[in-house]
Order: sequence, then structure tokens, then C-alpha cells
Amino acid sequence: MLNLVALILLFPLIGTVINGLAGKRLRKETVGYLACGAIGLSFLVSFMVFIGLLQLPPDERLFEKHLFRWIESGSFISAAALQVDPLSVVMILVITGVGFLIHLYSIGYMHHDKGYHRYFCYLNLFVFSMLLLVLSNNFLLMFIGWEAVGLCSYLLIGFWFEKKSASDAAKKAFVVNRVGDFGFALGIMLIFLTFHSIDFTEVFSAVSHGNFEKGSFTVTMITLLLFIGATGKSAQIPLYTWLPDAMEGPTPVSALIHAATMVTAGVYMIARCNALYLLSPFTMTVVASIGVITALFAASVGLVQNDIKRVLAYSTISQLGYMFLACGVGAFTAGVFHLMTHAFFKALLFLASGSVIHALSGEQDIRKMGGLKPHIPVTYKTFLIGTVAIAGIPPFAGFFSKDEILLEALVRGNFIYWSLGAFAALLTAFYMFRLLFMTFHGECRVDHHAMEHLHESPKNMTLPLVALAGLSFVGGFFGIPGANALEHFLAPVLGGHGHTEVRGAVSAGHHGAWLPYLMMVISTAIALVGIFLAYQMYIKKPGLSKKLAERFRLIHKLLLNKYYVDEIYDAIFINPTKKISTQVLWKVIDVRMIDGSVNGIAWLVGRIGSVLRHLQTGYIRNYAFYIVVGCILIIVLAVFGR
Amino acid sequence: MITITHYLVLSAILFTVGVIGVLIRRNAIIIFMCIELMLNAVNLSFVACAHYLNSMQGQLFVFFTMTVAAAEAAVGLAIIVAVFRNKETINIDDINIMKW
Amino acid sequence: MTNVSIMTFNILSILPILILSGFGMIVLLVDVLSSRRLGEKNLLAYISLIGIILAAIFARSPAGTTLFSFNESFAIDNYSLFFNFIFLLSTGLTILISHSYIKREEINHGEYYALILFSTIGMMLMAAGADLLNIFIGLEVMSISIYILTGFKRSKLISNEASLKYFLLGAFATGFLLYGISLVYGSTGAINLKQIASFIASKGGISDPVLLMGMGLIIIGLGFKVASVPFHAWVPDVYEGAPTAITAFMSVGPKAAGFAAFLRILITAFGSAHDEWQKIIYILAILTMTTGNVIAIAQTNIKRMLAYSSIAHAGYLLIALVSANDMGVSGTLFYMLAYTFMNIGAFAIVIVLSRKGDEFIQINDYAGLGFKHPLLALAMTLFMFSMAGVPPTAGFVGKFYIFSAAIKSGYIGLAVIGVINSVISVYYYLRITVIMYMKEPTREFAPLTISPLIVAAIAISVIGTLHLGIFPSKVMEIAQQATLMLK
Repeated sequence: MLNLVALILLFPLIGTVINGLAGKRLRKETVGYLACGAIGLSFLVSFMVFIGLLQLPPDERLFEKHLFRWIESGSFISAAALQVDPLSVVMILVITGVGFLIHLYSIGYMHHDKGYHRYFCYLNLFVFSMLLLVLSNNFLLMFIGWEAVGLCSYLLIGFWFEKKSASDAAKKAFVVNRVGDFGFALGIMLIFLTFHSIDFTEVFSAVSHGNFEKGSFTVTMITLLLFIGATGKSAQIPLYTWLPDAMEGPTPVSALIHAATMVTAGVYMIARCNALYLLSPFTMTVVASIGVITALFAASVGLVQNDIKRVLAYSTISQLGYMFLACGVGAFTAGVFHLMTHAFFKALLFLASGSVIHALSGEQDIRKMGGLKPHIPVTYKTFLIGTVAIAGIPPFAGFFSKDEILLEALVRGNFIYWSLGAFAALLTAFYMFRLLFMTFHGECRVDHHAMEHLHESPKNMTLPLVALAGLSFVGGFFGIPGANALEHFLAPVLGGHGHTEVRGAVSAGHHGAWLPYLMMVISTAIALVGIFLAYQMYIKKPGLSKKLAERFRLIHKLLLNKYYVDEIYDAIFINPTKKISTQVLWKVIDVRMIDGSVNGIAWLVGRIGSVLRHLQTGYIRNYAFYIVVGCILIIVLAVFGR
Repeated sequence: MITITHYLVLSAILFTVGVIGVLIRRNAIIIFMCIELMLNAVNLSFVACAHYLNSMQGQLFVFFTMTVAAAEAAVGLAIIVAVFRNKETINIDDINIMKW
Repeated sequence: MTNVSIMTFNILSILPILILSGFGMIVLLVDVLSSRRLGEKNLLAYISLIGIILAAIFARSPAGTTLFSFNESFAIDNYSLFFNFIFLLSTGLTILISHSYIKREEINHGEYYALILFSTIGMMLMAAGADLLNIFIGLEVMSISIYILTGFKRSKLISNEASLKYFLLGAFATGFLLYGISLVYGSTGAINLKQIASFIASKGGISDPVLLMGMGLIIIGLGFKVASVPFHAWVPDVYEGAPTAITAFMSVGPKAAGFAAFLRILITAFGSAHDEWQKIIYILAILTMTTGNVIAIAQTNIKRMLAYSSIAHAGYLLIALVSANDMGVSGTLFYMLAYTFMNIGAFAIVIVLSRKGDEFIQINDYAGLGFKHPLLALAMTLFMFSMAGVPPTAGFVGKFYIFSAAIKSGYIGLAVIGVINSVISVYYYLRITVIMYMKEPTREFAPLTISPLIVAAIAISVIGTLHLGIFPSKVMEIAQQATLMLK
């Protein structure tokens, strides 16, 4: 059954090709169901592969499917080969499973869009690329998938490119991601120079054979460079700014790409390279610190945002921060666990918010919502489940994974990690319930026009919501403490150094066996406090939040403007580039070309080009003169240049 | 006594004269004649070397160079005639629609 | 005096060349005899295609060795065979894209096909030339045919001008090449590449300034043909003015032929003087790719942009030439093949969109193409991605081989400059894609007249670009075998 793995990639690719080439001529239903069917089949095959893997003994759960030799040059060999192991299986199940539901939802959501087939073509291409990313068995192929998901994300953020904000957001995502990708590419080169291979198995076995000292400079450099790549794709400080803007894309895209799958690629990559990361305590500290700071930072921004999707975007950044915190303290299993549960409940929240937006004919501002609960009951219930899950109330999925991360942060990390993480959890519960209350409860602030069209979404949109709500409910049990199935499953890849060891240390060591249970109680209490505060402020005393905002005007303004990070980046990086080019080069150039171009360097090169092109005078005489000059130079170089 | 060096120097001078002609003349036909002069300078050098080396290949080369020059002349004059028909000039400084 | 024996005339060794010559003449005859009745002249295109296919079928080489014929002036081996395949492919694709174009432009004369075939013969002579005489003759046969083809739109001033520029500068450059050959001949006493090599080896390298000067002049002559800066200045003007199908043809075939001769001369004849020419080519490579890429950004005419891009690609190929190791040579072969597919493909799309009297070649004309003609836009995107070197396309693999060849030979700086350049090039290649998909059309697209032949050309180019990008190893193996022949 494992041999079928190539099919997982093939189906979405076929869907892309058919919809891309013939989509315009096909009927809308055909396009939609073709795309869905492709992902559905992919999911079935993924499940079969999963079963196949389970039948193997745990230590032998690594299967490599060699497709063909791709590039060979000397010692550099890059095969197109796929790798099936517990980690990649978890990823493909999440991608195809959640992906399928989101495709299904899109059929209804995008129904009136004129770019219907284009949308499904991109979406299938995205799933293909994402699967390539997680299934590849070497860094180069992974990098190609990495770039391809970036491309799809760019295409889908700018899907409504007639809107300037959408095409600007797409451009921003593209440019910011380039910075991260550059780091990733350098990291891969350094890996090849160090290990003379880019194959996962070879690199990691070289590491595990202890050829490298712990904390060696090379490994630290490699892991830091890879982490730069991860911060770009997974929207961590300082490269997170593109993600909130990416909400300009269609909502199912935000659910699939910017919440459930693509943005977790960085976490996957670090988990995949855990052997390398464990060798570099310095990088681990960096990862954990960036993770926890991002978690707190994004959660605080989320407190005051008024766009329903932006709140969710900041919440995504914050949750990704948790995953990096987990990886940074060495609890890779906990990171992957949270990745999985987060995929369920965040996809759910996005799709439900899409359903709200759909019901309100495109309104996204929560100040113009309220009291929607009776009008769209299914959406409300599923949104509630998602909110409870992310807030961390047992027994919903988010509780177990977040609790696990906080516990590991305390046991393996230190008290600071834990307290910051716990505080972020409090904020999370608060802003998520604020979102819920402002959207569904209280008085209705919807305008008349939208009110007339208010309706529950069609079946093919609510069905995925219900399915995801189910997953958000049960998802946590895969990793429930004690019988941790997920951890055992992942142990061959992420190492037995997971959590059993910690539990052992906990029970034998100075913390005592009661610690995990105490932590659970504390986590739940934190979440409840957050919910209580939100309830007080937005249901009981609706005026309170406004008063608080006025009392702490500075802080409120700071948060509302997202700590002015975009402005700071503009001031530090983008404006000077523009300024230098406008003022210093003013005489040489003309103003028309400064079309608000983001990329100062490309612009500069273009100007040089426009100057140099005048060398091409059009006169034969000049051309002959160039030849003679070249001739003299070459002869001088040849005869006297020795 | 006239040595091989004399021939080669003469050939180099002729070649340079041809190159300078190409650079400074304006009439397309005269430019082409200057190019012919360059080719003939090369022929001189070939023949001189062939004689000096007592090898036939250089002389062989001269025949081909002359043939090629003749073919180029045929094509080149035809092109110049075509230009003249459309533009009524063969001053290369006026033939300048495409640039940059 | 050399004793010439009839035994060395191995006619079979030049069978493909003879076939092409024969078919070229048949095309001329058929044209003369039937021009009144056959207004459409479809027949001529088919005859030429048959000739090309036959030539490809009869192109053979002995495995693993070189067959010398015609008094060792003609080398038949895997190397020349690989290049012959590239030439025949580019000629075949050119004929496929020409067919409807020359009809539309009313330059549908029989000589068109004959000249293309004759020009191909010249290229094949260059790739198989084992002495400087043969290479020179091949170069001239190729160039003279193309001078005429460039000016084929007789009544158009732009075409005349391109032709005149190409002709005068080409003849000028030929003068340098010939002078270089005569100096090499004078100082080594040989025009055969092997004999030159053994002469240099016997002296333990080059110290004679006359020989060095000769080598430098030969580099200039060939540098002109492959469009290396500063001998490139003709390229943009000639590419712009020539009939578009011919632009496609000469951006591929003659460039490949130029590199075929370049590699043979520099590696076979001057191989032991590597240090002497490497520094020249090193500088040429940097100048060529940088100039090409930087000026390409400022272009608004797509033919001119592709002209500068072709200069830039010559620069990448010069990197491979500098490295001069096995991987560099096989990388050149691979890259040339990839370039054939992607470049002719791009020009085919330019041709499909143009119409009589309106070439439709401003880059802004392509705005909105993605919605109006999604398939064409998709194919164009693929070709642009490939030229920019985005995986998984042929262009990426080709660049990968070339840059790793440079690194292998220790030219890390050169490889870095190459990578920076290909990053710059992404800007103008992707601009076309962005304009096609993200801008509203500025003007109407005329109803397209798409002939099945040009569709076939685009399909072959798409398949070739993708195949070489996804399954490069087989072709690379063949290229590596071909490489062994140069030593």
C-alpha cells in the first residue's frame, strides 16, 4: 500500500491541469467536484498509506519511494523521491483531510465568482505543492515545494487582483517570503557543503552518528538559516507582517493556506530537522524565544482588532508562536500535536467566519455585527466549538495541545517561557470570546440592507463546518496524556526524547507526579478567567471596553496600530530606499518610473538599464567601434595580460 | 631582401587601414570595400605564410576566402540596393530607425 | 605538400548535409516550376520538413569515437551529432512557426525555406569542423543565408536596415576571425585543430604573441556570432528588424553553432593554453550576462527584450566555457537544447499574436492575455519561467549544471555573479507574466489565425521544456558522452 504514495501527489496535479486547461469550458459544478474529488481521492490514498505504515513495526516505519533521478552532477545527487514516515503521514492526512473539507466549502463560497475555475486550479496546485513539501525526502525537493506553496499563496492572496489592496498584499507576501526563502536556500547550501548530501536520511544519520559536536558553529549557522526560512513562511517575528494582509484573499484560502497548512510548513521543517536543532542549544533558545514573544505579541494585537479575519490572522500568528515555543524547548511532538489540532479548529474558525461574511454579504467589521446567533445557528454553534477549542477548555482539542506545550515549556524550559505563554493563553481566551460575543451576541448592529439578505449558508458550506467542529472536539484525544497515541506514533521520527522522558522526570524528579494535573487545572483556570473577562466587558457591561480604551488610550492606540511595525518597516527599510532613489538619482532619471515600486533594487537596476540602453545608438559606426574596442582589449589581455 | 616579416607588416597595415575605413566612412558601399580590403590583407598574410611554411593549406584558404568574399559581395550589394530603393540613400548615418 | 587520397572522402559521413542540400535545391526547383499554380506553397514547407526528418534519421555517429573524414577536416562524433540534433530541431521548429507567418507577411517565397536549409548546413559544418577552414566555411554558409533572411521583408525599411547592419557588422567580424586564423596558421603551420593542439603541447603552452593575438581574434569572430558583449551591438537591432520567425531561428541555431565551434576550437586546439583564454572569456561572460540582463529590464518591445535576454543567455553559456570541464561542456549542450525549446516557443507565441501590418510586440500589448487566451498565456508563462530558471523547467536544470560546473572549476565568484544575474532576469521575465494575468487589456486582441503547424511547434516546445526540467538525467547522460569527444 505504501507504493501508492505517488498517487497522493498525482490526483491534485491532474485536477490542476484539467481545471487550468479546460476549466473555462467546463460547467461550474464539474470544476468544483473535480477539484474536490481529486483531493478526496488523495485523502483516501493517504489514509491507505497510513494504514500501510501502521502495519509495519514502529522502528521500520520509513518508506522511500524513488520516482526518478532528477539532477546529478558529481557528488550532488538529487532524486525525485518521496518519503513516508510517521511525521509526513500526519502531515498529509491533515493537508488532504482539512484540504478536502475546505475544497467542499469553496464550492458554495466561491459560487458567484467569475474566476471559479482559476480558483480551483490554484487551490489544487497549492495542495499538490504542499504535499510535495511534506513528502519529499531531500532538502532540494522540499525547497521546490516550499517555493511552489509560496507562489500559490501569492496567486491566491491576489486572487481579486482588481482590488489594489489585494494585489498589494500579494506583493508584500511575496517580497517578505523572499527574505525568508533566501535564508532557507543558504541553509540548504551550507548543509550540502557540510554533509555532502541533501538527503534527509543521510544528513540525519550523519548527525546521529555523532560526527558533530553539540553547539558547533556550522550546525548553529545551518539551523539559524533554516529558521529564518521558517519565520518567513510561518509568519514569526520579524517576518510576520504579510500574514494579516494576506486576509485579502478569499476566506477558504485563508483557512487552508494561511491557517491550517502552509504557515505550518516552518514548524514541520524544524520538526523534520529535529536532529540538527538538538545539536544547537543556541538556536533552540532563539526558536523558543521568538516563538513565545510572537505568541504574546500577536495575541495582544488581536485584543483590539475589529476585522473578523484579522483577529483570526493574529490568532494564527500567536498559535504558530506556541508551536515554535514547543520546538524550541525540544518538545517537537507537542509542536506537531498543536499543529494538527490548530489545523482543525483554525480552519473551522476561518470557514465559520467566512460563513458569517457570506451571510452578511461581505461585511467583515465586527462592530457592524452582533446578535447573529438566532439567524445563523449552525455557523454559531460551530464557531463556538472552535472558540472553546482555541481558548483551551477541556476536553476540546486546543486544551490538550496547548497544555502540553505549556507543561513542556515549564519542565524543559524555564518559568519565563511558561508565564509568558500562559499570559498569552489568557489573552487568547479573551480576544476569541470578545470576537464571539461581538459577532453573535448582544444587540444587532447590522445595517438594514445586509439584514434583508441575512441567511444561513448552504449545505455544502455548513457540512465542512460540522465535520471540522467534530474534529476540533475529538482531535485532542489523539494526544491525550497517558495513552498518548500520537506521541508513540511520531516517536521514530521525533525521537523518544518526547514526553515520556519528561513524564518520567516529572514523576521521579523534583516536580512530583502531580505537576501535569496541576498544570491542567491552571490552564483551564486561565482560560476561564479570560472568558469571564470577555463576558464582563462585552456582554454584561458593553460600555466598559470603550471606557478602558479611553483610559489606556496610548496602549489601545499602540495595539490598534499593531505596534506600528508596518510603519516602522516602512520607515526603516522601504522609505529610505525610495528616498535615495528619488533624491540622489533625481537628475539622472525621470519620475514616472517610481510607480510606488516596492522593490528599490529592481527599480535601480531598471534605471541603469535605461541609461545603458542608450549605448545602443543604432549607428553601425558605433557598433563597429565597440567591436574594435573589444578587439584591442582582448589583444592587450591576451598578449600582455600574463 | 624581402622577408616574411615585411609581408606580415604590410598585411597588418592593410588590415588596419580597412578597419579604420569601416569606422570613419559613411557610404555603405565604401564600408563594404574597406571590409574587402581587410579580407585581402588576410589573403596576403595567408599566402605569405603558406610560402614561408611551404604548406598548401594557406593557399587553399585564400581560394575559399575569395569565394566567400564574392558571395558576400553578391548578397551585400543586393541588400544595399534594397535599402536604397526604400530609403533613397546608402549613408549609414541615415539608417537608424532601430536603437536603444 | 599534403598527399590527398581519395580514400579519405567518406561521403556517407556527410550524408545529413547532402540530404539537406538536396532538399534545399528541390525546394528551389519546385518553387520555380510550380509557383503559378501553387499559390499557397504549403508543399514547400512539407518538403523542407521531410528533408529535416530524413537528415535527422541519417545522422549517425560511431559510438565512443570520432570518425574523421575529408582529410581529417571533418569530425563525426557524438558531439557533432548532439549539435546536429539541436540544429535540425531548431530548423524544424522554425519552419513550423514560419509557415503561417510568411504567408501573412506576404513574403511567401520558396527561397525562404531553401535558405533556412542552407543555413542549417552551415551550422552542421561548423559543429563537425575539425579544422579552421571547415569551421570558417560553415560559418559563412550559415551567415550569408541569414543575412538574406533578415532582409526578407524587402519592402520594409526596418527589415532592410536590420539586414544591412547584420551584413556589414558580420562581414567586419569575419575579417577579424579570418585574420586570427591566418595568424594561428602562420605561427603553428596548421589549420587542423589537432595539429594546432599538438604544436602548442610541444611548445609547452603559448608564448608566441602572434599566436596569442590570433587566438584573441578568433574569439572576437566567434564572440560576434554568439552575441557576446562588446560584440553584441547588432543583436537587438537585427532581432527587432528581422521577420519574427527568422529572429527565433537566429537566436537559437547560429548561437548553438557558434558555441559548438567555440568549444571545439578552445578546448580541442587551445586546451593546453586554458589559462590564456580563460581570463578573456571570464571577463566576456560577466560583461555579457550583466549587460544583457540590465538593459533587458528597460525594454518595452518584446522582440528587443528577448534579444537582450538572448545576450544574457550567451553570458551564462560563456560561464560554462570558462569552466571548461566536462560538466561545463555537457552543461552547454544541455542548455542549448533547453534554450532551443523555450526561446522558439516564446517567439512562436509572439508570432501567433501578431498580425499583418501590426506586429503587436509591445510588452503592454500582452495585458489581459491570461483571460483572453489562457492556453497561450500559460505556455508563455512556462517559457518565461524556464528562461528565468524556475524549477521544474529546463532552464533551471541548465543553469544548475552551468553554475555547478563553474563552482567545480573553482570559479565561485563567477557562479555567484551568474546567480545574481539570473535573479535580475526574473524581474523582466515575470513582468510579462504579471502583465498577462494582472492587467486589463489595453487594446483588442485580433481574432487569431492559428495554423496546426504553429500549434505543433508550441506543443513541442512546451513538452520539451517540461521534459528537460523534470527528467533531465537521460539527456544529460547523452550530453556527457558527447563531451568526451572533445579531448
